[in-house]
Amino acid sequence: MGAFFRVLTDNGQLFVDGFTNTVKLFLIAAVGSLVLGTLLGAMRVSPVPALRAFGATYVNLVRNTPLTLVFAFLVFAVPKLDVNIDYFPSAAIALTVYTSAFVCEVIRSGVNTVAAGQAEAARALGMTFGQVLTLIVLPQALRAMVPPMMSVYIAMLKNTTIAAGFSVLEAGAIPAYMAERGEPQFAVLLWITIGFLILILPLVALQRFLERKWRVAR
Amino acid sequence: MSQASILYDLPGPRAKRRNAILGVASTVGIIALLAYVGYKFADTGQFEARKWEQFQYASVQRELLGGLGATLKAAGIAAVLALLFGAVFASGRLSDKWILRTPATFVVELFRAIPLLILIFFGYYVPLQYGWSIDKLWALVIGLVLYNGSVLAEIFRAGINAVPYGQTEGAYAIGMRKNQVLRLILLPQAVRSMLPAIVSQLVVLLKDTALGFIITYPELLFVGKQIGGRLPFGLPYVPTYLIVAAIYIAICGSLSALAWWLQKRMGRTPRTAAKVLPAQDAGADSARMI
Repeated sequence: MGAFFRVLTDNGQLFVDGFTNTVKLFLIAAVGSLVLGTLLGAMRVSPVPALRAFGATYVNLVRNTPLTLVFAFLVFAVPKLDVNIDYFPSAAIALTVYTSAFVCEVIRSGVNTVAAGQAEAARALGMTFGQVLTLIVLPQALRAMVPPMMSVYIAMLKNTTIAAGFSVLEAGAIPAYMAERGEPQFAVLLWITIGFLILILPLVALQRFLERKWRVAR
Repeated sequence: MSQASILYDLPGPRAKRRNAILGVASTVGIIALLAYVGYKFADTGQFEARKWEQFQYASVQRELLGGLGATLKAAGIAAVLALLFGAVFASGRLSDKWILRTPATFVVELFRAIPLLILIFFGYYVPLQYGWSIDKLWALVIGLVLYNGSVLAEIFRAGINAVPYGQTEGAYAIGMRKNQVLRLILLPQAVRSMLPAIVSQLVVLLKDTALGFIITYPELLFVGKQIGGRLPFGLPYVPTYLIVAAIYIAICGSLSALAWWLQKRMGRTPRTAAKVLPAQDAGADSARMI
């Protein structure tokens, strides 16, 4: 048991650095994919067929590509196009590009959950487009969107570990460093698991709470 | 009109004109974007014959096929074991006895919260620490089974729970035993309702085999890295990854399409009383959304 704690206390800095970078990566990619995903989502529900087709193509291509491949493409192939990006920004871009497709789908299906009759009734009452959107459609759509959006972000937090395979020191990269130092891996991995549980469980709890609280009666 | 029409009215003459203008502008924008990417490709010589010529060689094609084979092998083994794992732990979670329910719940919740790569590392580094030799294939498979098995357990549980309770009541009322109710009444209906969700979870599993790259299991992505890193062919990373991506998209895309087709079909024929579980977005945590 002493050895178990020593793994953490002897390598405290590595764990702190690793998890700090995990959180940084998560926050940057969360903002990035919210922006790009919302843009794509808006395209998919827009009245312009060309934009709808572009959004759909993006989602279908990205969703069927492994995230690891997106990472590999950015780290190994993109420099061959004379575009040089550092490892950390590359990882943030990979996560953003990948997660945006899922954010887009959440937005699209969130808007689609609002029954057409709601908007029709609002228009029948003489509301303008802006009123229909801000008073009737969006509030209902947002309530339907938030819980699945949370689970997309929970998945993304876990996905940040993949950056370990591409020279980014985050939590997922700790085992490789520790293997070099000859630390007992079982203890190392347990500590990383505990770290992720601390990060993820509050998010899961919040998501379940919102799911129950904001269930839209239909 | 598509379902999305809730956000806008049927366009009148002015809106039609505006939409046409927006359509043309966005088409031009998209083409310009693609043209820029194409220019970048040409400018850095990605279309040079040298970068593509090795794909004509039977040996390189065999390498790619070998990588694909390793990917499918890991995915196949993991899929079978994950379905088993899911079935066992779903029945644990659905049990009336807390002694079965509590540990099953704990296991399922735990493995869904741990990043898949960390689970794979458990399978990879821990045997190394104790000096056991483990095949990288099994390190990968262990991780995939624990994670996807847990998600599948939730899908199974949701599938059983989606069968209206009246079905169970009715079955008990005509004198069936618990085992018969599950086997004859609940399962047949649940399987239909959860088939789309299962197929899309298997797409997730197939995509996740690419994590084998990180523990140097020689799957498709790993083989792609090797082929792309060959100096005599001018480091053809870009062509290689495009080919690898096309292979993944073709396989996963057709499985995803199957899931959507199943969902549509199951939703259409009212043969099942249970609501069809959605074929979830691969990659996000499907079971949580149900």
